[in-house]
Amino acid sequence: MITDIITIIKDYWLLLLIGQYPNGPLGGLANTLILSALSIALAFPISILFALARLSKWRALRWPVTALVYITRGVPLLMLVLWSYFLVPLLTGADVPSFVTMLTTLVFYQGAFLSEVVRGGIVALGHGQMEAAKALGHSYLGAMRFIILPQALYNMIPSIISTFVSTIKDTTIGYVINVPDLTFAASQVNNQLLTQPFQVFLILAIVYYAICWSLTKVANAIEQRITRRRAGPSRTVVAPLAPSKILSEQP
Amino acid sequence: MSGFDLSAILKDPASVAMLLHGVEMTFVIFAGSWLLAMVLALTLLSIRFSPFRFGEYVVAAYVSYHRNVPTLVQLMLWYFGIFTLMPNGLTSWLSAHNAETIFAIIGLGLCQAAYFSEDLRSGLRSVSPGQMEAAKALGHGYLSAMRFVILPQGVRNALPPLINHSVSLFKNSSLAIIIGAPELTHAVKEIENLSFRTFEIYLIGTVLYLFFSLLIMGAGAYLSLRADPVRRARA
Repeated sequence: MITDIITIIKDYWLLLLIGQYPNGPLGGLANTLILSALSIALAFPISILFALARLSKWRALRWPVTALVYITRGVPLLMLVLWSYFLVPLLTGADVPSFVTMLTTLVFYQGAFLSEVVRGGIVALGHGQMEAAKALGHSYLGAMRFIILPQALYNMIPSIISTFVSTIKDTTIGYVINVPDLTFAASQVNNQLLTQPFQVFLILAIVYYAICWSLTKVANAIEQRITRRRAGPSRTVVAPLAPSKILSEQP
Repeated sequence: MSGFDLSAILKDPASVAMLLHGVEMTFVIFAGSWLLAMVLALTLLSIRFSPFRFGEYVVAAYVSYHRNVPTLVQLMLWYFGIFTLMPNGLTSWLSAHNAETIFAIIGLGLCQAAYFSEDLRSGLRSVSPGQMEAAKALGHGYLSAMRFVILPQGVRNALPPLINHSVSLFKNSSLAIIIGAPELTHAVKEIENLSFRTFEIYLIGTVLYLFFSLLIMGAGAYLSLRADPVRRARA
């Protein structure tokens, strides 16, 4: 069993790492990581806009975004992927690669989830910060930009990392529209070997485990540091952080 | 293909039958894996609270694996991997009895058990140790203190994450399409292939998923309200 696994890794490590790259599209683990990093990078600004819209005093802004967030939370990601697979080519009129389809879906989906985290971070800061900033002559946007968001986002770093972890896990769903990622590469290997599906998928699980486990460790370490920093040198007041999402992210 | 027309699907008896069967199977998978997950979570929890150090490591490893590996990969490992390693008699029995659905229930249930057990554990841990001491000072034994003082508070604290994870489990049941279980997403894809009314059938599928997710969230909110004596008295 273990020798089988070592043989598979020896024969196919390049395919699992970068897909068929020089001869075909980039794939494998590299593509999984690029896809998740890009989606988080693009989802982040969107999530801030969503959160500000949800906290806005204008209903015309608040209600549609709230509805959007609830819809995204209530519908399976798989269904959203199918939607974009159908809608994105229709709307852009071009033959879009599946990578872009998956990226669009993930940006939208994680944007909605992250917006809840951002909103929680802003609400957890309390009214006083905004009032003090206004008393010092900041406008609403200025206070947000210079006072509220820097604090809220700093406290959110662990949640952002854990969202990154769940994004890595979510990229596997791209399998249904043939995004050339790590899962896709593994199923290619499986189709070539045919006789050792358990070994192939075990390797796949181990690789995902290694990445997600280490990132979760990093997030936990940073969270502890932030808690300590917020507690201050005297360590008498332990400020409650926004509830940690690290232990509860899905899937 | 003409314009937007929901009735083309909703008036077609074959499509409606497929959709209903899809909803039914989604519920079978959801309910089955939920029950499996809850039973397993309680087992894991009691192992964790038992005095044996070894059991604690085993549970921690179980939870860590199921949280850090994508659910989809877990399902694939079960259906494409472990299924083929099983003895022949079992394999043929399973194949004759909806193997896809059974493995969807096993895979999703085992995965969700990790989340449920952590929810329950953090809920119980958030009850301060003073509660147990106070209960004992008032003459409760260990079991009766657990029954009347610790568990009601702990389960109440655990309710919100448990509900969130139940909704996720419901949504994750759509992943069963990968291993070919005949659930709702599968039915949606099938009707799409037959009718070519992609927009309409996706809309119906989305609305169905959204409706049931919101139903679970609403039921959860009601349950949390009922479980909280302070808010219940005020309501």
